[in-house]
Amino acid sequence: MTEQTLVVATPEATKPVAAQRRRREVFSKHRMSFVTWLYLYASLLIIAAVVLLPLLTTAIGGFKTLGDLRVNPFGLPAQWVWSNYLDILGSTRYWQMLANSLIIAVLTVVLTLAVAAMAAFTFAHVKFFGSGFLLNYFLIGLMFPVATAILPLFIRIRDLGLLDTYWGVVLPQVAFGLGMSIMLFRKFFQNVPHELFDAALVDGCGYIRYFWHITLPLSRPILATVGIVAFVNSWNSYLLPLILLNSEGNYPWPLGIMVYQGEYSTDWQLVLAFITLTILPTIIVFFAAQKHIVAGLTAGAVKG
Amino acid sequence: MSQTMIARAAGRGGSNRIGGTLPVLVLFLPPALLVFTLFVILPMGEAAWYSLYDWNGYGLPEKFVGLKNFEVLFRNGAFRQALTNNALIIVVSLAIQLPLALWLATMVSHRIPGAVSFRLIFFMPYVLADVAAGLIWRFVYDGDYGLFAAIASFVGVASPYVLADKNLAIYAVLGVIVWKYFGFHMMLFIAGLQSIDKSYYEAAEMDGATRWQRFRNITLPLLAPTIRLSVFFSVIGSLQLFDMIMPLTGGGPSNSTQTMVTFLYSYGITRMKVGFGSAVGVVLFVICVTLAFGYKRIFMRND
Repeated sequence: MTEQTLVVATPEATKPVAAQRRRREVFSKHRMSFVTWLYLYASLLIIAAVVLLPLLTTAIGGFKTLGDLRVNPFGLPAQWVWSNYLDILGSTRYWQMLANSLIIAVLTVVLTLAVAAMAAFTFAHVKFFGSGFLLNYFLIGLMFPVATAILPLFIRIRDLGLLDTYWGVVLPQVAFGLGMSIMLFRKFFQNVPHELFDAALVDGCGYIRYFWHITLPLSRPILATVGIVAFVNSWNSYLLPLILLNSEGNYPWPLGIMVYQGEYSTDWQLVLAFITLTILPTIIVFFAAQKHIVAGLTAGAVKG
Repeated sequence: MSQTMIARAAGRGGSNRIGGTLPVLVLFLPPALLVFTLFVILPMGEAAWYSLYDWNGYGLPEKFVGLKNFEVLFRNGAFRQALTNNALIIVVSLAIQLPLALWLATMVSHRIPGAVSFRLIFFMPYVLADVAAGLIWRFVYDGDYGLFAAIASFVGVASPYVLADKNLAIYAVLGVIVWKYFGFHMMLFIAGLQSIDKSYYEAAEMDGATRWQRFRNITLPLLAPTIRLSVFFSVIGSLQLFDMIMPLTGGGPSNSTQTMVTFLYSYGITRMKVGFGSAVGVVLFVICVTLAFGYKRIFMRND
């Protein structure tokens, strides 16, 4: 233990030479033996295969005929059948589903960002009676899944006349994401240097102008994080739309895919093509913006 | 310190001017308060209220039945199966998924070639919708077309219909859960591992500590907050599991893969038994509260 603290303490003093030498020694020890190397990559490759195989067979399965799929579910198609994919891409239902999902997700993100950022700003900067209590009130939302209140929620949405509308799905989604979003925003706002705030107030800049002209422009990273979490949750959500939407024309893709599977349950090749096309946007966006998405989803979780 | 300065500065500005304290409170807080109260707090309260009634959702709940819904609920075999399954999912998450995620995190947090690609591949299932993951695996498990069919025909035995077998189906579901979520927990652990000071390892290595000793005495204790976080997410996640079950089994065969939420859906929502369904919600609520109190300390410590 004492030795440990000693080593931890030394680099500051003897940094350039000794530390470098020590680091080199450590790294040379890290150089893996062939057996370690083999064990490492074999394990990683096996697990990667288990992850990728179902996805690849789904995508490739969509190019097969049903007969081909039956005798050869995991190989390449005997003959590449493009019509499975092209028929779906040419159908309105596919694009309608994606459009519904997109509209619901965008509305959810915009409303979440606006409502949560304003509330969090108040909690971070304004001292008022009962602020601690109110903050805890919102944090209750962190613990409970939507399912705890799903039936009363259905009745409320129905009585408000919002059943089978986009807003009927958006509002509960925003509400159940508020706890997490407010918490993330508040933490970020509190870390904005206070000198900025003091200076602005002294110069006669009020809270609202400060929020709009200083806080928000400084908050792009946290807006992205909260936005990504809200978007992914909404894009993938199934339970709320399932209960709150009735007409197929309003279904987002997770519902649409289930309906499609129900209709073509014996034609796996079509279902596979349909699944592939519906998860394709997610996968493209994931690889295009992987850094932000991984950071957003895990940061959201870690700080939550 | 700066808080008081702000308060003083704000006071000087006067709260009646645009931008003072009052306009912020009046404009910024109510939207969140309204949405949250209307769609989270009130429905949760109403669930408790409705759970005492026999009600189909039309008119007002008038037929008061006391705790009868709860009595019926706990006598229901399918619900008891659901509780058992939820517990089983938690156990598997903690006993299999968590160690797997930690093991992989220690491997891909080294600067080895390809580490970033492996991380992304492992994380990918997490960003897919549960419904899509469920459907994909419904194909993989399919006795006529899927992986299992292919293996069976290769070996030359009759192909198993895993999802139609009431003894096997739940294990098939558990497999998909691990497949979908281990990458998320791995990412949590990678973040945790990166925050550990490297000099501890260097020191330990110079003292001749073995790989296992380093893991046991440095990694594990310093990763404790991340591990608790991962446990928390596993527990909350498994309690609300629904989306993935629907495409795989819908809770069947003979209720063997029912979870609390699929039970709530098939017995409460589709039959519009608002009172009975709300009772399920209340039970879920109570379980969450109990667990949250158990975990409150951890969150306090993290803050």
